[in-house]
Amino acid sequence: MSLHGRDVISIRDLSREEIEEILASSRKMVPYAEGKKVTHPLDDQIVAMAFFEPSTRTRLSFESAVQRLGGSCITIADAAASSMRKGESLYDTIRMLSGYAEAIVIRHPNEGSARLAARASDRPVINAGDGAGQHPTQTLLDLATMQEAFDTLSGLRVVLLGDLKYGRTVHSLAHALALFGSEIVLSAPPTLGLPDEVLERLEHMGAKITAEPDLHKAVRDADVLYVTRIQKERFPDESDYRKVAGSYRIDASVLRDAKPRLIVMHPLPRAGEIAPEVDDTPHAAYFRQAFLAVPVRMALLNAVLGGAKKGG
Amino acid sequence: MVRELKITPIKNGTVIDHITSGLALDVLRIINIQSLDKDSTVSVAIRVRSGKLGWKDIVKVENMELSPRKVNAIALITPRATISIIRDFKVQEKRTVDLPDRIIGVLRCPNPNCITNQPEPVESEFEVTERHPVILQCAYCDRRVDSFLSQLA
Ligand SMILES: Nc1ncnc2c1ncn2[C@@H]1O[C@H](COP(=O)(O)OP(=O)(O)OP(=O)(O)O)[C@@H](O)[C@H]1O
Ligand SMILES: [Mg+2]
Ligand SMILES: [Zn+2]
Repeated sequence: MSLHGRDVISIRDLSREEIEEILASSRKMVPYAEGKKVTHPLDDQIVAMAFFEPSTRTRLSFESAVQRLGGSCITIADAAASSMRKGESLYDTIRMLSGYAEAIVIRHPNEGSARLAARASDRPVINAGDGAGQHPTQTLLDLATMQEAFDTLSGLRVVLLGDLKYGRTVHSLAHALALFGSEIVLSAPPTLGLPDEVLERLEHMGAKITAEPDLHKAVRDADVLYVTRIQKERFPDESDYRKVAGSYRIDASVLRDAKPRLIVMHPLPRAGEIAPEVDDTPHAAYFRQAFLAVPVRMALLNAVLGGAKKGG
Repeated sequence: MVRELKITPIKNGTVIDHITSGLALDVLRIINIQSLDKDSTVSVAIRVRSGKLGWKDIVKVENMELSPRKVNAIALITPRATISIIRDFKVQEKRTVDLPDRIIGVLRCPNPNCITNQPEPVESEFEVTERHPVILQCAYCDRRVDSFLSQLA
């Protein structure tokens, strides 16, 4: 596969065909991710987890993915305890790490850190989140969730709800939806809309984008309701925050007029954006979405590393 | 022409002409005159009449040739400037300040959280994504930059 040996830093590094290949492979990985079947294309290979910022679910799903593929992991999970504390640069740390593993998965608080890591490393680097920047595997698993539910990524009507300004996951997701020709409906409070820069780029791609701040109206014809967290820190005062957060809360009444097949997605962890009563409806897709992180990351790791056996 | 030359003819050096009026001092900052020979004369003309621009600034520096980096920095803030190399009082070579596709080490990324603003052993790097007007994009964090004066490294 063309992804062999490549860095994956941004979803924009991947073509539509490459994304399709990863998603197709991810579907085949599901029984292996569940532990029902066994495979080990990464036999004898080591993947370094360089997590310079706390992240339980992303790190664990990557570690699970590596191990389900028969590989093993070495992990920096606590930046404070690592050499970074002694003032070693990220560049040097990654340079060193690239001598210990066949690939590096990095999470770091600074934007652009993953590209720097890719330059420092002569092994492939996968970005697992660089500050407010990119997080391409999140987008891949979001797409996998939609594709599993609808068997297509084209012609869907996807509502992006909540903080569209700072939420990095929605920027990459919007790009991918535009790439596949799905319709994007933006539903955000006035101060948390999509940045102009992102909007311009999407329009340039010929994306179908509309805005519908009213949640009830946005939900009516939607196939996907993608909910993001609205963070308290984004508001100057607490009462503004509570008003906005309250008007974007998903519960049974919001979903009453929804299409029967509507799915509700959320990158998790949620903080009150989705009422627990939604969990038991057929609309709830967020736990499936969290599970799909493993087969999707397996598919990506396999594409980047598979067949790259030592001496072969 | 003769009126321009009244500034100070130089034997050997560089003339940066057609600088957007008002930016001569910024060009001097890019040149970093502290780094020049102590006996190099630097003359500056601000608000000179010019057919092309209405008004322009001119900077003339003795015994100096600009590094490609400095030329890039000048191109970013005043893209219509011309650079003439003077040898033995004559214009040896004259060229416009063309921007390359990548700008390395000239600007700071305006994103304070960009990894290039951390103590890392790398230089800033921008891709020129548009030329009229110039828009750059950080090769690390993707931040777009369309005003350069305040970001000169
Ligand atoms: N010996 C010199 N000392 C100082 N400046 C000089 C000298 N010779 C030329 N210059 C300056 O160098 C620049 C280029 O010289 P040139 O003779 O090509 O000017 P020009 O005919 O006015 O061309 P342009 O179209 O670029 O204005 C001008 O700004 C000119 O004033
Ligand atoms: Mg002239
Ligand atoms: Zn940057």
